[in-house]
Parts: sequence; C-alpha cells; structure tokens
Amino acid sequence: MLTISKLPLRFAAVATLAVASSFGVAAHATDITGAGSSFVYPVMSKWSAAYAEKTGNHLNYQSVGSGAGIAQIKEGTIDFGASDAPMKAEDLQKYGLGQFPIVVGGIVPVVNIAGVQADQVKLDGATLADIFLGKITNWNDPKIAALNAGLSLPAGKITVVHRSDGSGTSFNFTNYLSKVSPEWASKVKFGTAVEWPTGVGGKGNEGVSQYVRQIKGSIGYVEYAYAVKNKLAWVDLKNAAGNYMKPSADAFAAAAATADWASAKDFNLIMTNAPGAKAWPITATTWMIMYKTPKNASNSKVAFDFFRFALEHGQQSASELDYVPLPNALVSKIEAYWAAEFKH
Amino acid sequence: MPVVDIAPSILEQRSRRDARHERLFRWLLKGCALIVLAALLGAAGATLWGGRDAFATFGWHFLVSSEWDPGNDVYGALVPVYGTIVTSLIALLIAVPISFGIALYLSEVAPAWLRTPVASAIELLAGIPSIIYGMWGLFIFAPFFADHIKPWLTSNLGNKPDDGKLSWVAQHVPFVGKLFGSDYPFGASILVAGIVLAIMVIPFISSVMREVFQTVPTRLKESAYALGSSTWEVSWDIVLPYTRSAVIGGIFLGLGRALGETMAVTFVLGNAMHLSASLLDPGTSIASTIANQFSEASGLQKSALMALAFLLFVVTFIVLLIARLMLRRLASKEGR
Repeated sequence: MLTISKLPLRFAAVATLAVASSFGVAAHATDITGAGSSFVYPVMSKWSAAYAEKTGNHLNYQSVGSGAGIAQIKEGTIDFGASDAPMKAEDLQKYGLGQFPIVVGGIVPVVNIAGVQADQVKLDGATLADIFLGKITNWNDPKIAALNAGLSLPAGKITVVHRSDGSGTSFNFTNYLSKVSPEWASKVKFGTAVEWPTGVGGKGNEGVSQYVRQIKGSIGYVEYAYAVKNKLAWVDLKNAAGNYMKPSADAFAAAAATADWASAKDFNLIMTNAPGAKAWPITATTWMIMYKTPKNASNSKVAFDFFRFALEHGQQSASELDYVPLPNALVSKIEAYWAAEFKH
Repeated sequence: MPVVDIAPSILEQRSRRDARHERLFRWLLKGCALIVLAALLGAAGATLWGGRDAFATFGWHFLVSSEWDPGNDVYGALVPVYGTIVTSLIALLIAVPISFGIALYLSEVAPAWLRTPVASAIELLAGIPSIIYGMWGLFIFAPFFADHIKPWLTSNLGNKPDDGKLSWVAQHVPFVGKLFGSDYPFGASILVAGIVLAIMVIPFISSVMREVFQTVPTRLKESAYALGSSTWEVSWDIVLPYTRSAVIGGIFLGLGRALGETMAVTFVLGNAMHLSASLLDPGTSIASTIANQFSEASGLQKSALMALAFLLFVVTFIVLLIARLMLRRLASKEGR
C-alpha cells in the first residue's frame, strides 16, 4: 500500500522538476522555424530532438511540402525552407537566398511479381521509362527478358503505380526518366506532379507501397526506407557507368560523391543518373534554403549551428532512418559556401 | 391620481424595453444568418479569385478538357468533375433505398426495445472519421472486391472479360459492357469509391429519415391500418408523402457529404487522371485532386486547383437547385 500511494507522488515530483527545468531552458533558448519537404521530415525531427537536448535550442520543422516551404521562405516567415527541387540561380539571386544539400536518400523501383524477390529483376533506364510510358505492358516483353537472362518472368499485365500527391520523390524519379528517355523528356517532362501516361496513384510512400503489395504484376517507386520496411521486392538498375547496382547506403553515397558538385553553382544539381561506377541512379537530396543576409540574425546563427550539428554529428541517426550522410568532401564544400556566401 | 400617473410611465418604460430587446434579438438572429451567407460567399469568392488565372488562361475549355498535365502547365477539370458526380450518384443509388429500409424498420416495424440501441449505433457510425473508412476501404474492402466481386462483374457484364468470351448482357444491353469492362487487376475504382461513400452517408440519411418518420401523427397511420392497409401501404402512401420534403432534405445532406468527401475517396478511387467509361477503372474527384496536389503546387497549377474548388461549389449548387425544382414539381402535383 505504502509504495503504491508513494509512487504517484514521486512521479509527480519528477514530472514537475522536468517541466520546470525545460521551461527554464526554453526561457534562454532560441526557437527556430523551418518548413518544406516531407522527404526530410523524419530525420529533421530526430536531429532537432538531439539538438535540443544538447543546446536547449528548439527547432520547429513543419512538413508542409517543398512548394509551400519555398513560398514561406520567400515571404520571410520562417528561418529556413527545405525543398526537394533546387531553386534556380536567378530566383535565388532575386530573393537574396542561398541553398545547400543536407542529407541524401535513395528512390527504388519496386515490383510485385509472383515468386520474384528483391534484387532479382534487372532493368535499365530506357526500359523503366518505357514501362512507365505504357509502351511495355507485359512482364514477358522481350526487352525485359533481354536484361534478365536466366530469370523467366511469367506473362502478366504490368500495372504502373505512381504517387498521386505532389512529391519530391516523384520529382527525382521523373527527373531520372527524363535523363534516360528522350520520349519521356519531351512528352511528360519532370516535376513534383506530372501527367502520368498510365497507371494508378497511391497517396504518399505508404499508399504506393500498399498498392504495389495488393496488385499482382505492379511496379511502383518508393523511398528506400519504405521498401525495406514493407519488404517490397526492389529492382536492380543499370547506372550511367553501365553497372547493375543494388540499392544500398553505399550506392547512394557513391552517387552523392561522384555527382559534379564542383561546377554546380549554389549546389544547383539534381544528382539522378550520377556518373560514378558504383552510384545508384535515382539518388535524391533535399536543399535547405536561407537568406544570405538574414532578417533575424540571431535565429539564422542558431540555424547554421543546427545544420553544422546535423552534418557533423547527425550521421548516425540519419543512417538509422535509411538516409545517407553527405560525403566529407561535400560537407567541407558546404561549410566553405556558408563562409563565403552567408552573413552570420 | 398619483397611481394613475405612475402606471402609464412604467408601462411605457416596459414596452420601450421590450421593443429594444425585440430589436436586439432580431439583429442577433439576422447576424447569425448573415454569418453563414458571408462564409459561403467568402469561400466561393476566394476560390474564384484564386482560380482567376486558370479561368483566364483556359476559359470554357477548362470545363470540357480532360487533360491535367502539370509538366506542360495545361489543366482541365473534366475528369475530376466526372469522378465527383459519378461516385456521389453511385453512393446515393445504394444509400437511399437502404436508409429508407433502416428508417422504416426502426420507426414502424422494430420492437420498442430494439429501436434505441440501433438508432444510437447509427449515430455512432455517423461520427466515425472518414480516414477510418478510407483505410478500411484500402486495406480490406478494395482487395476483397478485386478478388471476389470484380472478376464476376468483368466476366459476366463487362466488354473485356478475362477469357475473351463476351457475355449475353455485354453483347445485347447497350453501355453495360463499357461500364463493367476493365483491364486493371485491382479494386480501387469509381465503383468501390461509390460503395464506400454509400456506407459513409447511410447514417446521415437514415437518421434524418427515422427522425421525421416519427413525426407522422399516429392517428393518420392508425386510420390507414383500420381501413385494412398493409405496413408497406402505410409507409408508401401515408408516411412518405407526409414527410417527403424532410426526407429529400436528408438525402441532400448525404449527397452534400458525398460530393465533398476527401480522405476516404482519395484512398479508394485510384487517383488516375484518365477519363474512362468503366466504373471499374480508377478515377479521381475534385476534393481528392486538391488534397493530393495542393501542398506541392505553385503558379498556374495552384490556380487550377482553386478553380476546381470553385467548380465544386458550382456542382453542389446545381445539384441543390435540381433538388428544389424536383420538390416544387412534386408539390404542384399534390392533390391531383
């Protein structure tokens, strides 16, 4: 009886202490706000928790979508925006903004074919584009068979599953298809939402995963983490160097390392179809967008401190969530960019 | 004398106060009503203003074009408008007869001890958030439909049966073959969205119907029973005519919910921007298109989405107008 009646009291005391101490910290801390891409939301929330624990500064990140993130930073209502598509140099100049990548992730095509496991089907970019264009409609098509010697795929209609919502995942996936298929580049183009020539749309990575699992003979694309979590059968892709790659953290990192950052002003480079021998062809990043001359200098300073923390200490938590940390060479390039371009 | 002097002034004061209260009360009521009007006009005006770029760029073509191509910045509203209207119509076709049955059973047939629990259960159903219906539709109903119902429909009614043999119905009845023909091997489709919507609006329609059926005076019903009418005759000839306008009001409450429903439809409609005559093919609706694309849209695409939202107002308005006209025609036939 005694212990039971004591327990809530003690708990209450601890809770009060905790609340008091957190208020105490918050009173001196700076709260910074960011908004945009939902692609980085999971790792952002993990980083911000770790950062708050270390420094007492809180980051409030709203996963409202890249378009909304750019709109809000242009209006100056937030400290930084986050977008899955880089802003053009002239737009950056017009608004006095700068941008830099923060973390890398991979997008993988996934299939649902009876008896087929992950890494069994191999495709190249042109064939993948033809499937998503609706030109290849059956799994026993000779073009697919030519890439998959030794694996006999059953006859069956291909159902394409794409994202129904506007997303950075679609942006990078359609950007890759545009690079490898002239027909895709002229007919469909690329963007966060496009007019899909065929197929059905699932909402979010979850929606696409669910449809691919339900529909026999389907092919879709999701972020790598979702494919792992849902045990979907992903496809190996032929990269720009001509090698078939399995999706993996190393392959995503290779794409980030071999992308031609040196000649990309303001990091304005979409790294799909990266040239490296071991690069995964559909690798994506998210750009952080900030004012070069900030309206709120003290907030901006904290934001840079947060990004430095994320780049230098956030690697472990990023890889736990199946993101890939930026290669060291790129990190030092970003820090040089900060020193050269931003006043803080 | 003093008594006579005081009394009129008190009376006057009192009547003045009453008049003041009366005025205040009237303003208050007027204000309440005007808030609704202002909200409606404000929302319609804001969507029209937001969509002005799209209307100016595409003109009337926006209404009849089935193209929705963010890559080339060309937009047309036909596919979402079609999907919205067809899914809502399917929902009503299923929901109205079932709700009618539920309401009649509860008010006329069911034993008294059963009425309250079933009525509460229906009201509980009305309170379930639409995302739950959407998830149920996506995870449970759509796969079930794809495995057990769709194959039967495509092979017995459709024009693209799996075995290639056209059924008698598909050959001889016009349109049916097209309505039920489909190459897509999965559930999410216009028909499934209609069925899920029907389940969502049944609680609304049936609880309104049950409430109004209970307002029918007992003596009317008992007189009919005394003249030898069956329960069916009493329901059809006494209860329904007596409550007709309220019943239609309830149906349109349900229709309003079906037209604007977003989350559940987004999950089970398949979200494909393609115009197809088949009910078994995926489609899209106005509300789900907006929900899907708004967060990442900018420029003309955002304007086109706002224009779509305005069209949803227009569609709802037209539907309500048709309902009023139907009601008026029914009323004018009264007594002939």
